[in-house]
Amino acid sequence: MNQALVLYAAPPVPWIVRWLWLIPALPIVASGFTALLKQSQRRLSATLSIGSMSLSFLLALAALAQALAHPDVQTINFRWMQFGDQWIALGWLLDPLASVMLVMVTFVGLLIFIYSLGYMAHDDNFTRFFCFLSLFAGAMLGVVIANSLLLLFMCWEVVGLTSYLLIGFWFHRPAAAAAAKKAFITTRVGDLGLLLGMVWLYAQTGTLLFYSNGQGCLEYSARTALAAHLTVGGMAVSTAIGLLIFCGAVGKSGQVPLHVWLPDAMEGPTPVSALIHAATMVAAGVYLIARVYPLMSAHALAVVAWVGAITALFAACIAVAQNDIKRILAYSTVSQLGYMMLGLGVGGVAVGMFHLITHAFFKALLFLGAGSVIHGCTEEQDIRNMGGLRRFMPVTFAAYSAGMLALCGFPLFAGFWSKDAILHSAHSWGVSMGPFYLGAIGALLTAFYMTRQMFYVFFGPHRQPQATVSATETASHAIPAHEIEPVVSAGRPAEVCEPVHPHESPSVMTGPLVILAVFATFLGFVGTPAWPWFQTFLAGRAASFDFAGFSEPGLVSLMVISSLIVFAGLFLGWFLYGRRPILNATDPDALERLQPGLFHALGNRLYVDEFYGVTVIALTRGIAVFSAFLDRWIFGGIVQCIAWLVAGIGWLDFGVDQYLVNGGFDLGCREVSFGGRLFSRLQNGRVQNYLRIIAIALVVLGILLLWGSRG
Amino acid sequence: MITILTLLPILGGLLILAFSRTRASARILAVLFAVASLALSVFLWLGIEPSTPGMQFEEIHEWAPSLGIAYHVGIDGLGVLMLVLSAIVVLMSLAAAWANAKLTPVYFALVLFLEAGLFGTFTALNFVHWFIFWELSLIPAYFLIRLWGGTRRARAANQFFLYTMFGSIALLLAFLALFLATGRFDFVDLASLAQSGQLMPSLAQNLHWSANPAHIGQILFWAAFLGFAVKTPVVPFHTWLPAAYAEAPGETTMLLTGAMSKMGIYGFLRVLLPIFPQQMQQARTPLLWLAVATIVLPAFAAWVQKDLKRTFAYGSVNHLGYCVLGLVVCAQVTGSATEKSAALTGVLLQIFSHGLTAAALFWFIALLERRTAGLRGIDDFGGLRKVVPVFSGLMGIAIFASLGLPGLNGFPGEFLIFKGAFPLAAWAASISLLGLLMTAVFLLTVIQKVFSGPVNPRWQTLPDLTTTERFAIAPAIALMFILGLYPQLITGMIHGTVAQWVLSLSQGGHF
Repeated sequence: MNQALVLYAAPPVPWIVRWLWLIPALPIVASGFTALLKQSQRRLSATLSIGSMSLSFLLALAALAQALAHPDVQTINFRWMQFGDQWIALGWLLDPLASVMLVMVTFVGLLIFIYSLGYMAHDDNFTRFFCFLSLFAGAMLGVVIANSLLLLFMCWEVVGLTSYLLIGFWFHRPAAAAAAKKAFITTRVGDLGLLLGMVWLYAQTGTLLFYSNGQGCLEYSARTALAAHLTVGGMAVSTAIGLLIFCGAVGKSGQVPLHVWLPDAMEGPTPVSALIHAATMVAAGVYLIARVYPLMSAHALAVVAWVGAITALFAACIAVAQNDIKRILAYSTVSQLGYMMLGLGVGGVAVGMFHLITHAFFKALLFLGAGSVIHGCTEEQDIRNMGGLRRFMPVTFAAYSAGMLALCGFPLFAGFWSKDAILHSAHSWGVSMGPFYLGAIGALLTAFYMTRQMFYVFFGPHRQPQATVSATETASHAIPAHEIEPVVSAGRPAEVCEPVHPHESPSVMTGPLVILAVFATFLGFVGTPAWPWFQTFLAGRAASFDFAGFSEPGLVSLMVISSLIVFAGLFLGWFLYGRRPILNATDPDALERLQPGLFHALGNRLYVDEFYGVTVIALTRGIAVFSAFLDRWIFGGIVQCIAWLVAGIGWLDFGVDQYLVNGGFDLGCREVSFGGRLFSRLQNGRVQNYLRIIAIALVVLGILLLWGSRG
Repeated sequence: MITILTLLPILGGLLILAFSRTRASARILAVLFAVASLALSVFLWLGIEPSTPGMQFEEIHEWAPSLGIAYHVGIDGLGVLMLVLSAIVVLMSLAAAWANAKLTPVYFALVLFLEAGLFGTFTALNFVHWFIFWELSLIPAYFLIRLWGGTRRARAANQFFLYTMFGSIALLLAFLALFLATGRFDFVDLASLAQSGQLMPSLAQNLHWSANPAHIGQILFWAAFLGFAVKTPVVPFHTWLPAAYAEAPGETTMLLTGAMSKMGIYGFLRVLLPIFPQQMQQARTPLLWLAVATIVLPAFAAWVQKDLKRTFAYGSVNHLGYCVLGLVVCAQVTGSATEKSAALTGVLLQIFSHGLTAAALFWFIALLERRTAGLRGIDDFGGLRKVVPVFSGLMGIAIFASLGLPGLNGFPGEFLIFKGAFPLAAWAASISLLGLLMTAVFLLTVIQKVFSGPVNPRWQTLPDLTTTERFAIAPAIALMFILGLYPQLITGMIHGTVAQWVLSLSQGGHF
């Protein structure tokens, strides 16, 4: 134990390890400065945020170079606080896992910061936006480099705070305020599990440092100690702790059953959805499991795999019947996070992390593309009111297509390689084939709902003006079109909405799209079976190029099968939505015509929110009302009864003394002395002298209370 | 030194009563004396040697030797922490009262008397001496509520006074019995008697208790417990609190929750744990239930309150519940010393941090109340973030501190309490997590209803914090960040005290 307390570092510490803390600290400091700025200092706030993020990105590249050169874990630990004669140590670490996350978060973050310059240009709270965004980036980077579960948890909670602040960024919209609260509380349910797992782990291993010269909780001696213990139910302690930690990941990464907050989180500005609720924060749960992977027992990993697989399919189903462009992507994110969990559960760190990294790029791309679409269509988010946008927004269309193909797992795109690795691992998982089938059906649905979305948004005629007019016409018949007020979502500056001509976004927004599209297309090549550079890097080995990697039994055939699944999904999507152009926004959905009941159930998110409303939330409300009742009528009531009783005795005593006993005292102290005499008559001895004083006080105060409650 | 510290506010109060005719002069005098007290307590803080066990800055004078009564004061890590907290909270309360035109010079004098009562309570080491201050602090508090409170102040003040008094009487009786048996009133003496296992046999013998000697110990323990349980308060002895906190003027509520509520926890640590260790261990399971109830039930009740003051009042009970949990789990001879140190350190951090946060929260409520002519319903507002951004931002920080967000002062204490409590009483810690969840629920509900949503047209012109107010609250907000990021500031001061408690807890198991 004591070794963990000593501030130490392996002798020659490279400068980048020593200064690694700067990577999260720079954005946090920028955020602190920005918080003090006036609303009018927009340029300065953006400069500070983007500047700090760029520096962090450069440092992250240096960290990656260092990790490439020395793939072993390098840590710096320090003492934080003392309890009794013990110390809590915190620290940071650099290893391949952290370094790839660092580069991904800073790079995607930087692109999204730049994109926000354009997207948020008209917002009143521009400076505040960059303040929160920088704080988020800093905290997220803190999660990545933490060498202590406690420090990770602290940054994790701050990440949750910034998520809360940014979902509710347009706080005057009640829906945004409600969604923010829902997100914070739902993730906190999971976080409390994580907290419990953390204190349990602390109690078992005596440290929360991951690595500490052989004494860390992820290192051999601690793991051996953990494996030896059993809980009351006969479960291994390590499994119980692993599952509790996984609770935190379930909340943060939107896994079933705590996924309900993530779609609602789309109330936030779109860059926030891209950065926090697609690329980085929601993936923090996956990263957490990857980080504590040595702790996870086989049983815990089986749970991870099943939860991931169920989430992957469940969310993909719901995504099929959504009409909000961001909600489709949100459910898609939930589903993809499920794949990552599945990958961790069945295949290991590299499999899950590879999909995390590729997903970060293509999903950020899709969200930013969606933001560009929304921006170009004047805050319209309903895909039924879009259509034909490929003519108006060619760059966005091209980039979005790359993202869409990557997400579907179209051969050779980034998502193909990473998703295929997951399906391959699930296929060869010894425990059950269930997760593989769930994942395969999910892949089919993914291709299907993305194709549906593409046809709705980019193909066919543009439907927005007709939609606006027709909706209003049905309400009030003969209003000329030019008198109709522009439909503007509350909270956004009232941009002129008519005549509606979707327009391409400025280059500050399309630039990041193009860069991300390049990555979404080619990033997968760093982790192909022939050249598994990414996987071997995470494992701390050098990769070699060898086509023999494809000769692993079943690998190629599985790739063919999964490609066929994707093609089937694309075809189905085309068959239902692309064959005949969608002419009117009010037309029923093609799937709705085929299966109206199913479509509505899916459209209503399978009623999970409603189910929670009548169970968990109703129960909580009930307990709260009961608790308030208990206070008022039971605990408070008993006290009141006693008070009345005492007051009654006091009055009785007063009456007895006044009329029956011949008192000759001053009016002012009458009841005082008589009360005392009454009590003193009952008792004898030394203590009674004191008791008398108390009794007098009781009677006087009893009378006082009676007066008080009447007055 | 400690005597000077206690006399200083009394002197200030008397000066105000004697010479101050206007509010302006009274408030200046009050703030001067409060600042001097804070400076003196910080001086003690710096002067104390944290790793030395036992009391420091001790002063002992004979008073009534035949009755075992002495003037005995001294401080250790706990005591000095309480002194500094009280001084800070009093100063914050005076700053909040600065611009309140309703308050007369007497108000400021009473606040200083209350401060003296707090200082006396947190330094006295002889029961009689201590009890006098314990009760004395009640009287100014009573009048502060009674004279300047809301519409139902009379009832609230009476209930507050009587209920607390009722608990104090039980406490007094317990100590009189202890005195009869041992002839001592001194906390330190009694604690060492309890340590050596002589206390309970001599009780049974001298009080002619022929039944099981364990029973008399239990009876006395529960009587003393009642005194502290009402003061803290522990559910179900808390019903005086929501009314008192809500009816008291906001500035006074800051004192009640920031400093006075800590007297109960202080009593648990200074009196119950050292003098009744065996009894506490025997009663550990029911005590744990009470602690869990104190954490969970008020957190739920807070959610359905309609009055902001009542909401935060319940929140205050909930936060003190963590302290009770943290110290009750330690009441056993067995169990890891590491976990006990963690829990007790957490309790002390939580005391300080809750005092700071709760005082700040009620400061904001007091300002809101003053600006809106007494309105403080949770549904009376809406969209305030748009109208008063600085007010909302700073109060938001205080709310998240109260919620236990890492990086702010609430987290280190709560983490340590759970770190200690889970291994020592897993079931109690697990149920208590519900409290953490509900704290988030009701606090975020407050933010949602008061600060978010469309602007309530009624408060379109609500003024934001003035420059004076910003300067007044800035130190408290800064302290929240400092303690959140660098809790060693406090833990470095108390580790010796905690280590000593843990040692004696692990030894005092024999009858």
